Amino acid sequence: MSTNFGSKRIVVGAHYGTRDWLSQRVTAVLMALFTVVLLVQVLLPGQMGYYKWAGIFASQWMKVLTFVVIVSLAFHAWVGVRDIWMDYVKPAGVRLALQVFSIVWLLGCAGWAVQVIWRL
Amino acid sequence: MANTLKERPVYRNIHVAQIVSYRLPPAGIVSILHRVSGALMFLLLPFVIWLFDNSLTSEISFDRFSSAFSSGVGFLPGWFVKLVCLGLIWGYLHHFIAGVRHLWMDMTHSVTKEQGHSSAIVTLALSALLTVALGAKLFGLF
Repeated sequence: MSTNFGSKRIVVGAHYGTRDWLSQRVTAVLMALFTVVLLVQVLLPGQMGYYKWAGIFASQWMKVLTFVVIVSLAFHAWVGVRDIWMDYVKPAGVRLALQVFSIVWLLGCAGWAVQVIWRL
Repeated sequence: MANTLKERPVYRNIHVAQIVSYRLPPAGIVSILHRVSGALMFLLLPFVIWLFDNSLTSEISFDRFSSAFSSGVGFLPGWFVKLVCLGLIWGYLHHFIAGVRHLWMDMTHSVTKEQGHSSAIVTLALSALLTVALGAKLFGLF
């Protein structure tokens, strides 16, 4: 096995493939279920407009579910986008910068989305 | 042992110009589009949340949300907003169906060449068909 500590340490790569694999699937299932739950409520009888749409997100259980999906989405996208950077961007510095950008981007979006559901 | 390892040919660093001439099997097309659609949705995430925000916050913001599609928003015309949404609709559908295909492959070990081929074709056909249907709805064709 090659040296993997000190100055020879490999600073790129995930090293925890199973965790990413599983978390990406768990979060995907959560988002898929959310899609079905939302779609059912949208397709329920009634004129689609502001009141019906806002009503869907008015109940506390829907807010909590949406919150869980927002966090799932951020984590799911993080795993996927990091895979893209790890595949195509070889210089460790550039990759780190892109990964930091991804984290900021996703956390910012997640915060905004959470604000939307809980200020109603 | 070390010698044979050294002599194994290594294929990597495909040049961008070569990608065009690469002929991918359907499963390969599904795979790269899975990545492309994911990247697309990642980059457009602020736009999606902007839509979500305006659609939910108040009746006034809901009007702003609706008019983004009819008369545009800022310097962007309505048809462009619709086009971006159509891209997002395709991205979501493809990513969703290709993801379900992954889960199905994981759960039933359906990983033969034939199963991969046929499920990839189903994925491509279904996402294209649903995109056309929802796109027609979005552009007011029915």
